Amino acid sequence: MLDASEGYTTEDGRKIGGVVMEMKNITLRFGGVVAIKEISFDIREGEIRAIIGPNGAGKSSMLNVISGFYLPQEGEVWFRGERRPQMKPFEVARQGIARTFQNIALFEGMSVLDNVMTGRLNHMKSGLFAQALWKGRAEAEESANRKVVENVIDFLEIQHIRKTPVSRLPYGLKKRVELARALAAQPKLLLLDEPMAGMNVEEKEDMSRFILDVNDEFGTTIALIEHDMGVVMDLSDRVVVMDYGRKIGDGTPDEVRGNQEVIDAYLGVSHD
Amino acid sequence: MPEQLIFAMEVILNGLMAGVLYALVALGFVLIFKASGIFNYAQGVMALFAAMTLVGIMQGQVPFSHLINATFGLHVTHFGWQVPAVVAIALTMAVMVLLAWCVQRFVMRHLVGQEPIILFMATIGLAYFLEGVADLMWGSEIKTLDVGLPQGINLWIDETTFNIFGYGFFIDNLDIVATVIAALLVAALVAFSQYTKQGRAMRAVADDHQAALSVGISLNFIWIMVWSVAGFVALVAGIMWGTKSGVQFSLSLIALKALPVLMLGGFTSIPGAIVGGLIIGVGEKLFEFAIGPLVGGATENWFAYVLALIFLVFRPQGLFGEKIIERV
Ligand SMILES: Nc1ncnc2c1ncn2[C@@H]1O[C@H](COP(=O)(O)OP(=O)(O)OP(=O)(O)O)[C@@H](O)[C@H]1O
Ligand SMILES: [Mg+2]
Repeated sequence: MLDASEGYTTEDGRKIGGVVMEMKNITLRFGGVVAIKEISFDIREGEIRAIIGPNGAGKSSMLNVISGFYLPQEGEVWFRGERRPQMKPFEVARQGIARTFQNIALFEGMSVLDNVMTGRLNHMKSGLFAQALWKGRAEAEESANRKVVENVIDFLEIQHIRKTPVSRLPYGLKKRVELARALAAQPKLLLLDEPMAGMNVEEKEDMSRFILDVNDEFGTTIALIEHDMGVVMDLSDRVVVMDYGRKIGDGTPDEVRGNQEVIDAYLGVSHD
Repeated sequence: MPEQLIFAMEVILNGLMAGVLYALVALGFVLIFKASGIFNYAQGVMALFAAMTLVGIMQGQVPFSHLINATFGLHVTHFGWQVPAVVAIALTMAVMVLLAWCVQRFVMRHLVGQEPIILFMATIGLAYFLEGVADLMWGSEIKTLDVGLPQGINLWIDETTFNIFGYGFFIDNLDIVATVIAALLVAALVAFSQYTKQGRAMRAVADDHQAALSVGISLNFIWIMVWSVAGFVALVAGIMWGTKSGVQFSLSLIALKALPVLMLGGFTSIPGAIVGGLIIGVGEKLFEFAIGPLVGGATENWFAYVLALIFLVFRPQGLFGEKIIERV
């Protein structure tokens, strides 16, 4: 089923394209702690790629390497066929990689709408002087951006809270607003760090549906970290399994589930 | 109307106008504090530096002339030309942007993620450094600054109030201009932060660094911009104060007056800086007028601080500051 060179077709019939992001032999250390040890894997166009593993396995670290928040000591990051030079997180974001955080990083002092609007900052071209001089063009750009934002807000069903200050929202909705902000950037690659952590069953189902819909309707490539094995099996096309900074499995959910090393790593932990 | 009340009205008006200048300096503090969490002790010195640079450029002074003369045995002081005020203001603004860049590049960039107290200490260092540079560049003598702002008593107000109350108010034209300019400045700042890309990015950085990075905002760029904006506010404040009371080193002490203003208004609130400035301005003039004679005068030296202290006890977050809730 997996064709190494030119993509593959999923069980539900979606076409997955070529490699978008490739991590080659990544090693990341914090002093004596090796958070990631010589890990390689790729993410393909249009797929939902999961990274799973026990606590402290190095999953968030991997996402932080992809998004430029952490700088690996060794290894190469390839994005859209080119080796990526050392980049700051904001430069990575400008390349079209959006993300959410495990501990939610929203602009607490702003409304939901303003938060989502910041996701469009990269797409605003008019500089300060252009905004003052060519009011017409700036306004056209503004309304185009607004349209994208309103679409995202509709899509994630948060119209009713669009004017609400984010600080007043419950946890589950905050996670959704964070996703909305990332989506507003219309990213080429979307990184989600435990999008369902701390949610109740109903919220989890909603979030799963949104992630599938985003992937389905916009063709967005998604890499996500998730603890809940059941959710991972339902959502993802391919899974990377990490344990103590190493990669111990990589493949379809079924392949990974049958892998002895993976079973051992999760031994004693009840999943499903 | 009783005479005392009429006098009091004049005092209040003058207090309001003095308050505008306090508010201007406080505004510079708030801008930087909001965006980077740095309490910029150097804001007052920046106003002084801006005013001195402006005078120096206008009069065609040779910068660092003492140093040059002492080193090379020369006697140059002036280029021999005068620069029009508008051009000189633009050039001074360019210098303030350069200063902003230097502050970020050589100081703040190396202190990212440090404790607020360390950042604060850095700005104290910056204040003294800048004061020294200003002295070395332009000399320490008192200078007059005249960029063509109207000065002297406003006759229209004088006549009108005389016709109504039988007593003409003394309101300085400069104060009126300062008030108008300050209002315009605040409106421009609000428009900037609400409606421009850079302004939005600035608010985002002020709110959450990590989130700002994740939507593609360069913190470095925003901080240079914020220091530049603070430099611009300092320039405006420097022009007003310099025109009013001459450009001299005591100008940097007005920064100290901004402190009670901030305690009153809250360190993170632009409306707070304005209202706080006005309250202090009116408060100290009115207090001096009403109570001053009873206690031997000169209450303006301490009134603002005592008021701020009382405020600190009852409302530590200031009038407009966010409520401080201890998380446990
Ligand atoms: N900024 C950091 N400084 C020092 N050590 C870190 C840092 N970030 C992560 N680590 C260490 O790297 C290892 C991997 O952490 P990471 O957060 O990537 O794990 P994780 O798989 O995301 O775990 P969890 O499921 O709990 O989120 C841990 O030992 C952690 O302590
Ligand atoms: Mg994690």
